[in-house]
Amino acid sequence: MSDLSEAQGQAPGVNEHSRPDGRSYLIGLAFALVLTTASFWASSSDLIYGPALPVLLAVLAIAQMGVHLVFFLHISSAPDQTNNFLALAFGIFVVGLIVFGSMLIMSNLNHAMVSMDQLMDMQR
Amino acid sequence: MSQSHLTLVHNSDAAPHDLPLSERGPAPVSNVVGYGFWLFLLSDIIIFAALFAAYAVLSGSTADGPGGAQIFDKDHVFLETLFLLASSVTCGFGGLAVQRNDLRPSIFWLVATFFLGACFLVLEVSEFASLVTSGDGPTKSAFLSAFFILVGTHGLHVSVGMLWLVVMLAQILTLGFKPMVRRRLFCFSLFWHALDIVWIGVFTIVYLGAHQ
Repeated sequence: MSDLSEAQGQAPGVNEHSRPDGRSYLIGLAFALVLTTASFWASSSDLIYGPALPVLLAVLAIAQMGVHLVFFLHISSAPDQTNNFLALAFGIFVVGLIVFGSMLIMSNLNHAMVSMDQLMDMQR
Repeated sequence: MSQSHLTLVHNSDAAPHDLPLSERGPAPVSNVVGYGFWLFLLSDIIIFAALFAAYAVLSGSTADGPGGAQIFDKDHVFLETLFLLASSVTCGFGGLAVQRNDLRPSIFWLVATFFLGACFLVLEVSEFASLVTSGDGPTKSAFLSAFFILVGTHGLHVSVGMLWLVVMLAQILTLGFKPMVRRRLFCFSLFWHALDIVWIGVFTIVYLGAHQ
C-alpha cells in the first residue's frame, strides 16, 4: 500500500533511474540566459545583417523553447513518455498550421485586394 | 472470476519493463494526470497560437498610431524575461523539495516563485498603464488591440498561476504532502513552465521583432 502511494506521488515519466535533480534546472537556466541575452543583443546591435535578423531571432527562440522543454518540463522520447511526445508533436503541427496558415492567407488577400485608389477610379 | 482478478492485480503491481506496453495494465494515476494536464496545456498553447497569428497579421496596421519600435522598451522587457526565467527555476527547485518531502525548502521556493511572478506582473501592468495614459490604449489601432490581447492573455495566465500557487501553499500547510497535493503541485509546475515557453514567443515576436 505504501508502495502504491509512493508511486502515485511521482511525476509522470519520472522513475528512480531518471529522477531530475537541481542540476537539470541550473543547466537549463544557463542555456536560457545565454540564448535570451543573445537574442536581445542581436536585436539591438548593428553587427547583424538586417534582413537576416528575423531568422536569427527565430532560431534563438526555438532553441530556447527546446531548452525549456528538455530541462524544465523534462519532455523526452523515453518509452513511458510516448504519449506526451506524440501530443507535443501534434500541438506543434497545429500551432504551425494556425500561425503560418493565417499569415499566408492574409498576405495573399492583401496582395489580391484592390487598393482604395483603384477602387475610386473604377467608380468614376 | 477471482483468477482473472488476481492476474490483473499481479500485472499492475509488478509493472515489469520486459512486458510490451499494451500488456502492462493501467498506467499509474500520476502518469494519467500528467498526460491529461499536458493535453490541456497544448490546447492552451493553441489559443496563444491564434493570438500570435492575429498579432502577426495586424502588427503593421498602426492606423497612424505609434508602431512597436516607438513604444516598446527593450530593457524593461529583458527585466521581465529575467524575472519569469528565475521564477521557472525556483518553481523547479520547489518541485524537487516537494519530492523529497522537505517542508521548509518547499515553502521557501514556492514563495520565491510567487514573488518573482508578482515582480513580472507589476512590470507588465506598469507598461500597460503607461501606454494607456499616453493615449496608446487598445482602441488606438488594430496593432495595439492585438498587442494588448496577446500580452494581456499571457499576463492573465500568470495571475491565475499565482492564485493557484497561493491555494497550493495553503494545501501544503493544511493537508501536507498527500499524493493528491503532490499531483496538483506537479500540474502547477507544468503550467508555470509552459507560460515561460509562451513568453519566449512573446518577447521574440512582439518586442524584438517590432516593426522599425
